[in-house]
Amino acid sequence: MIQLQSESASYHGVKTLHDIDLLVSKGEKLALVGQSGSGKSTLIKLIYEHYPVNTALVPQDYGLVNNLSVYHNVYIGRLEQHTTFYNLVNLIRPKSEQVEIVRAILVGLQLEDYLFRPVGRLSGGQKQRVAVARSLFQQGHLLLADEPVSSVDEQQSRVVLKQMLNGFSTIVLALHDIQLALAFCDRIIGLENGRIVLDSPADELTEKDLLSLY
Amino acid sequence: MISVYKHSPAWNVSWLFVFLAGFSLFFADIEVISLEPWEELKRLFMGLLAPDWSNLSEIGEAFLQTLAFAILGVAGGSVIGFLLAQIFHWRWIQVSCAFIRAIHELFWALIFLQIFGLHPLTGLLAIGLPYAATFAKVYAEILEEGDRSALQAVSLDASRISTFFYARLPDLWEHFKTYTSYRLECGLRSSAILGFVGLPTLGYTLSSAFMEGHYSVVWALLLLFYLLIATIRYWVRPALLPVYIIAAPFIVANDSTISFDNVQRFFTEDIIPAPIMRGESLSESWQWLSDLLIHQALPGIANTVVLTQIALVASGILTLVFFPLISTHFFKPAGRTIGHVLLVILRTTPEYILAYILLQLWGPSMLPAIVALALHNGAIIGHLIGRYSLEIKLRADASRGLNRYFYELLPRLYGQFLAFLFYRWEIIMRESAILGILGIATLGFYIDSSIQELHFDKAMILIFITALLNVLVDALSRYLRAKLRLKTNVDCRATNDYCTARE
Repeated sequence: MIQLQSESASYHGVKTLHDIDLLVSKGEKLALVGQSGSGKSTLIKLIYEHYPVNTALVPQDYGLVNNLSVYHNVYIGRLEQHTTFYNLVNLIRPKSEQVEIVRAILVGLQLEDYLFRPVGRLSGGQKQRVAVARSLFQQGHLLLADEPVSSVDEQQSRVVLKQMLNGFSTIVLALHDIQLALAFCDRIIGLENGRIVLDSPADELTEKDLLSLY
Repeated sequence: MISVYKHSPAWNVSWLFVFLAGFSLFFADIEVISLEPWEELKRLFMGLLAPDWSNLSEIGEAFLQTLAFAILGVAGGSVIGFLLAQIFHWRWIQVSCAFIRAIHELFWALIFLQIFGLHPLTGLLAIGLPYAATFAKVYAEILEEGDRSALQAVSLDASRISTFFYARLPDLWEHFKTYTSYRLECGLRSSAILGFVGLPTLGYTLSSAFMEGHYSVVWALLLLFYLLIATIRYWVRPALLPVYIIAAPFIVANDSTISFDNVQRFFTEDIIPAPIMRGESLSESWQWLSDLLIHQALPGIANTVVLTQIALVASGILTLVFFPLISTHFFKPAGRTIGHVLLVILRTTPEYILAYILLQLWGPSMLPAIVALALHNGAIIGHLIGRYSLEIKLRADASRGLNRYFYELLPRLYGQFLAFLFYRWEIIMRESAILGILGIATLGFYIDSSIQELHFDKAMILIFITALLNVLVDALSRYLRAKLRLKTNVDCRATNDYCTARE
C-alpha cells in the first residue's frame, strides 16, 4: 500500500525528515506519535505526494472555505467525481441526493444541526469535524489525517476516530494523544527529530513506552 | 435545525444588481450605428503594426504639456489636500470636499474655460481642485488609521508642528508617498483627457489624429503613454521632483491672459439663472426651472443611471473573468504575463479615450460607453482581486480548473470583490456622466450642450445635480458595504489597493 525507502524531506529549506523507511500494508491502522516538530506533518505530506490517487486527506489547517456552507465544504471531497456542470448546479441549488449522503455523515459526527451553516460561523472543533466529514464523504483506499481530533473533546474524539476507522481500511494518523493512539490504532510509529525511532504493534506497547518520546 | 439551504445576503444583493442592470438594458440604446464597425476596428489595429513617429515634435510637445499639467495639478492638490486633512474633522470641510470630488475634472475644466479661457490656470485648477478634495479625504484617513503610540510618548509641551513631524510623519510617510505617487498616475490620465476639451495635452493631439484617420499616429501616442505610466517609478524620484515642479510652469505658460471682465461677467451674469437676470416673475422662473428639470435634467439623470448600472455589472462580470488571468492558482508564468499585459493596457488607457475610440468605430450609442467602462474598471478590480488571490493557500488535494474557481477561490474572494466594486460605483457614475460630452445622452451631454449654447446658468444647475447624484450613490455604496459587512478599513498593507479601488 505504502512503500517509502530512505526518503528525506525538507520544509522551508530545513531538512525535517531523514532516511525514512516505511512499509504499510492494506488494512493497517497506523498512528504517528512524537513531539511537535518531530516530523509527523511532513511525513503525512510526503506520503500524500507519493500516493495522491484515491487518498483522502485531513490537513492540519483544514483548508475549508469559510463562506461556503458545511454541506458544500463536505461536497468538495467529490468534485472530481462529477461533471463541472453538475458541481455548479449543486453550488447554487444543493442536490438532494448528495445532501442526504452528507447529512448521514454529519449525523455520525454530531454536526447535523449545521448542515447549511457557513463554515466561518462554526467553532474550531466544529470546523475540524467538517474537515473529517469531507474525507469520509470523499472515501478512498487510504486516509491521511494530521491531528484530526486536536480541537475536539475526549468524548467526541472517540466518536470521530470511530467514524474514520469505519470509513477507511488503511489509515495513517498523526496523533499527539498517546491514549487514543493505543486505543484506536494497531501499529505505532514514533518519530523524533525527523527519524523513525519506534515501530511496533500497538498491543505490545504501554503508555509508558511512548512517554519516553515526549 | 436549518434544513433549507439559504443563499448569503451578498448573493441576493448581487442578483438585485444584475436584475437592475438587465432592466436598464431595455432603456439603453445599444445598437451599432456605424456601417462597417469591424472593418474600422481592423484598420485601427493595422495602425498598431506601424506606429507613426514622424511627427515627433508635435508628439513631444503634447507629452510635455500632459506631464507639466499633471505634475503641477497633483503637486498643488496634494499640498492643499494635506493642509485640509488637518482640519478634515470639520463637518463643512468634509461636505465641501465630497461635493468638489463629485464633479469630474472635465466638468471643472469646462467651468474654468469660461472663466480663464485657455490660460494655464484652467488646466491647473481642473486637476488641482478635485485632487485637493480627494487628497484631503485620503490623507485624513491615513492620519486617522495610523499608529498613535509614538504620539502619546511625546511631551505635551512640544509644539503641534514638531510633534507631527517627529511622532507621526515618519511612520505614515510611506503611505503618503505611495498614495501620492499613485495619484500622479491618475493625474497623468486626467491631464491627458483634458485635451478633449481644448487644452494642449495628449487628448487634443489624439482626437485630431483620430479625426483625420491617422491611426498610426494614434498608436504612437498611446504606446508612448503606456511607456510613460509603466516607467513612472523610474522617473518620479524625490530628487527630481523639484526640477519638474520648477520646469513645469514654463512648459504650461502660454500667451493668453486672464480677462478680468470675463471673470467678473462669469460670476455676476453668466451663472445667474436667466429669469433672475431678466427680473421675471416667480411663475415664469418656475416655468424656466421646470423646463430645465423635465427636458434636460430628468432624461440626463435617467440615462446616467442606466449607463452606470449596466457598466457596474459589466465591470463586475469582466473582473471575474480577468482576475484568474494573473493568479498563480490558474496559470503558469507565461500565461500570467499575457494576463498582466492585457490588464495593464486596459487600466492604463483612460476610460474616456477607450470610449472615444469605440464611439468613433461603432457610432454614438451607449454600447461603446458600456464596453469602455467595463474594460477599464474590470481590469482595475481584476488586478486587485488577482493579487488578493495570491494570499490564498489551497490544500494539497485542492481541485483544479472551474471547480477550483467556483468552490475554492470565488467564495473566498467574493466579499473583497463586492467591496471593490461598490467603491468604484461612484467613480463609474462620474465617468458615465462625463461620457455625455462624447454624445451619449447622459448628464454630460446636456451640460456640454448648455455650455455650447452659452447657457452657463443651466450648465451650473446641471453640474450641481450631477454632483448630488454622485454624493447619493456614494452614500448608498457606503450603506451597502456596511450592511454586507464588507471590509472598508484602510489597513497598512491594503492602503494602496483601497485607494486604487476608490481613486
